[in-house]
Amino acid sequence: MEGLSPWVIFFASIFTGNILLVYFLGMCSFLSVSKQVKTSLGLGLAVVFVLTITSALNYIVYYYILEPLNIEYLRYIAFIIVIASVVQLLEMIIERISETLYINLGIFLPLITVNCAILGVSLFMVIRKYTFIQSVLFGAGSGIGWMLAILAMAGIRARLNEQKIPPALRGPGIALIISGIMAMAFIGFSGIVQIQ
Amino acid sequence: MITKILIATLSMAGISGLLAIILVIAERYLANYGECKITINNQKDLIVKGGSTLLSTLNSQKIFLPSACGGRGTCAYCKCKVIDGVGPLLPTEEPLLNKQEIENQIRLACQVKVKQDMLIEIPEELFNIKEFETRVTLIQDLTHDIKLVRLQLIEPYEIFFKAGQYVQLITAPYAGVKESVSRAYSVASASHEHDHVDLMIRLVPEGICTTWVHNYLNENERVKIIGPMGDFYLRDGEGEIIMVAGGSGMAPIVSLLEKISKEDIERKVTYFFGAVRKKDLFYIDEMRNLENEIGNFTFIPALSAPEPEDNWDGETGLITEPLDRYLSRSDNATSQAYLCGSPGMINACINVFVKHGITRDRIFNDPFA
Repeated sequence: MEGLSPWVIFFASIFTGNILLVYFLGMCSFLSVSKQVKTSLGLGLAVVFVLTITSALNYIVYYYILEPLNIEYLRYIAFIIVIASVVQLLEMIIERISETLYINLGIFLPLITVNCAILGVSLFMVIRKYTFIQSVLFGAGSGIGWMLAILAMAGIRARLNEQKIPPALRGPGIALIISGIMAMAFIGFSGIVQIQ
Repeated sequence: MITKILIATLSMAGISGLLAIILVIAERYLANYGECKITINNQKDLIVKGGSTLLSTLNSQKIFLPSACGGRGTCAYCKCKVIDGVGPLLPTEEPLLNKQEIENQIRLACQVKVKQDMLIEIPEELFNIKEFETRVTLIQDLTHDIKLVRLQLIEPYEIFFKAGQYVQLITAPYAGVKESVSRAYSVASASHEHDHVDLMIRLVPEGICTTWVHNYLNENERVKIIGPMGDFYLRDGEGEIIMVAGGSGMAPIVSLLEKISKEDIERKVTYFFGAVRKKDLFYIDEMRNLENEIGNFTFIPALSAPEPEDNWDGETGLITEPLDRYLSRSDNATSQAYLCGSPGMINACINVFVKHGITRDRIFNDPFA
């Protein structure tokens, strides 16, 4: 992937290769925190932060520690440890800066650790052989794409509260149908540029 | 082969160790709020370790703010004025404070965290709230789901409370519940008996504290209580006292009646007690005794859904119905109302009282939080 401009990767990971709506990673917090626009914005920003930092750190861990020592097969454990520590750090920072945001995010902040989108981005970065700059922008772009999707979802769900929905579809049911429709809409971007 | 395993283990340990060091350093600088000074009412200074909630910090300094829910942010009893040293209003506090309280810098002590020097104001009488070491001397079934628990005080050996006030019961960890919690229960024993307190505890399905009391607590065990708290007590006045309670809401009313009996208060007293079936009724004999002891006291139990085999010939229907009938026949100009029960029951009764001209300032209630 040497030739691809980092900025192309950045925009592609927001729209054409949206981590959530195209790869369906990070669905659990996407479905459970998208009830209010305010909290989803908070979680979205946290995901952007964690994704950017972890893709940079995991790049360093992979190419400067794991690869030279021939222990690439340990990348899952190594990546998860890095992600967990970054989330811990983020939790301390948020608690210090904004108590309000800390309470609003509640349990979902530590749950970012097991958000598969985060690990997914680190693994994609390795599989697609991105350079350092490409990796960081890929992480940031994926985070922004995830935030965009959850914000759109929260906006739609706020309006859904006033609609008549068949009882069996209320809650997660209709949320899954809507994310499917959103995913189809995002396919419309895929003609612009392809990254694989 | 061995070197390969060693390299893998060492490098992973190295990565983990490095990250752990970073986190420890971060914790030292980011999550460490150091020692904070809490100034109470401009008189008392406390030096405390920052980082936890104001409520638990004050508790650790043996200053007990009232709290029925045990710090979950639902009862709003731990309100206190924070003049300085606190961040903006939290989303968990907002629904529980009215506009006037927000303007007066009232906050919920269980939600606010101590992160810097604070200036707070709390009412003087709260300094009287103490922690008591007690021994369970009696656990008795009142109905199929309500138990009477008697706690003999050990240290301090005496409690002084107003009839109608409540104490917090601290649970011990049991079975799958690893943390101890605190829940509020009204004192059912007489306020002139200073050496013990009686609590009436109804089993709430999946309730942490009530399950503990009903299924795990035994006689002779030691438990801790904190109290007395609450502003549900008998107010001065001349007019009739109308009491309404449901289920374990009986507790503070018994204490109030004992006080009326002991002090020979010569006011008319009428007590409506609501239950579903005959097996939910209790303390009937005690009430009939009190009717003899108190000059002008009537006890009116009402069943909302009596079983055929109950042979019930008393009042039926929700407690609001006999109450409504009674109030429409009586002179309510100076009457006071005392309510204890579920929030739903209390709100329904308040509407009935207001309809018959008993204004809100003469209605006192103690909802289950």
